[in-house]
Amino acid sequence: MLDDFMTRAALAGIGVSLAAAPLGCFVVWRRMAYFGEATAHAALLGVALSLAFEFSVLAGAVLASLLMAISVTLMAGRSLFLDTLLGVAGHTSIAAGLVIVSFLSGVRIDLMAYLIGDILAVSHMDLLLIWMGVVIILALIIWRWSPLLLVTLNEDLASANGFNSKRENFIITISLAIVVAVGIKVVGVLLIIALLIIPAASARSIVTTPEAMGFFAALIGASSALFGLNAAYIFDTPTGPSIVCVASLFFIVLSLISSFLKRKKHN
Amino acid sequence: MTLIEITNLNVRYGSKPVLQNMNLSLADGEIVTIVGPNGSGKTTLFKAIIGTAPISTGKVKLRSNLKIGYVPQQLIIDQSLPITVERFLKVAQKTNANALEKALNLVGVEDILKFQMSNLSGGELQRVLLARALIGEPDVLLLDEATRGLDQPGVATFYRKVDDIRKNTDCAVLMISHDLHVVMSASDRVICLNGHICCEGAPDSVASSPEYKALFGSDVDGTFALYRHHHDHSHHSDN
Repeated sequence: MLDDFMTRAALAGIGVSLAAAPLGCFVVWRRMAYFGEATAHAALLGVALSLAFEFSVLAGAVLASLLMAISVTLMAGRSLFLDTLLGVAGHTSIAAGLVIVSFLSGVRIDLMAYLIGDILAVSHMDLLLIWMGVVIILALIIWRWSPLLLVTLNEDLASANGFNSKRENFIITISLAIVVAVGIKVVGVLLIIALLIIPAASARSIVTTPEAMGFFAALIGASSALFGLNAAYIFDTPTGPSIVCVASLFFIVLSLISSFLKRKKHN
Repeated sequence: MTLIEITNLNVRYGSKPVLQNMNLSLADGEIVTIVGPNGSGKTTLFKAIIGTAPISTGKVKLRSNLKIGYVPQQLIIDQSLPITVERFLKVAQKTNANALEKALNLVGVEDILKFQMSNLSGGELQRVLLARALIGEPDVLLLDEATRGLDQPGVATFYRKVDDIRKNTDCAVLMISHDLHVVMSASDRVICLNGHICCEGAPDSVASSPEYKALFGSDVDGTFALYRHHHDHSHHSDN
């Protein structure tokens, strides 16, 4: 069954969406979208370096994202213009990544595969690595759900209850780096943040608890992966962008329905 | 018994000293109020107690297994985070049904349990934060300007609740307040802070001290007795 490339693609897409969606809720709640973006851009630099020095692309991506996330977190405490800092660091990485790749004349590298993903080319090994990442992220998020939620609500409340907010924040940082790395094959560095944010934002309009938001975000993310993949097959469109477009459709439809229902309730 | 013992505490942010040679000890069941102008290190003192301030020298010693109920100055919940009052009260803390009901009764939040946190008014939010702090059955309550944004009757009601809580649960209270006139008379002890301790002691003696008047002016005396804490019991806190 796994020998069918469509099956592997579907499993990869569903896996990454399942991990990205609950993590994406925290990214949305903590307004970390731009932080995530910079982390993803750093991954491209990691990919370029690993191609240049011939080591594992996945390891390169994880390391670069992690390095970016950690250094930005450290700097954030000391600087007031985090937003600008993220912009500088993120775009520098993506530009440097592109420059480095241009030097690699020997092999012809299809950069688009890293920018927007190449889910149809997912190998057995890729699938294994993706699902390992997925399991790690889901396990971390589920295990630390309540402390993470409390730290998100208010760091001082969490400290007063005996939690180490630095440690909890680090869990988000690590998960973000892993999801970016395993998501490269599926939707690429340009669109991975979409898989984090759009399902979470879509779920927001139909839920009243954080847990429900995490659950529905995962459901919407996985459905987007499946429908997007099918749509890409039928219309012969690029898979990564198709998946993200389907997620955006979910967002639009659910937002419209919920604002319609709210208006009806008021009248 | 001493719950919190702070000795020679120095905290600085960068090169800026925020707290200097701070000494403080809080006993069982005591109500201590900290007053001081903006930037005098009041919130930093609380952060030192909950372990998030960058302590350069000195010691903050908490009784082992001390349970802290912390009521922060404000809580901004992003609209993107859906959470009901009921869920918020229980996030990441053990709750037994008994303590839950007692806290809800004491603070009066039963009627808003199903509300979304991001839709609460200032007064409702303060009640919810206080209820959450109480649910953990704390040994000490830390109130950081807990009445910010409340109107005067709201402030008086809030401190009456704090007093009720102390009577009902015998937990100590350490609070930061700008409501000098209301709060001071409700306290056993007042500490006037401005980077260091300017003066401390019984409310009346602090209010009449020259250091206090230098910081806050003397016109606060006029409204001093808006709310008084009536002692119909004793605390045995000085032995």
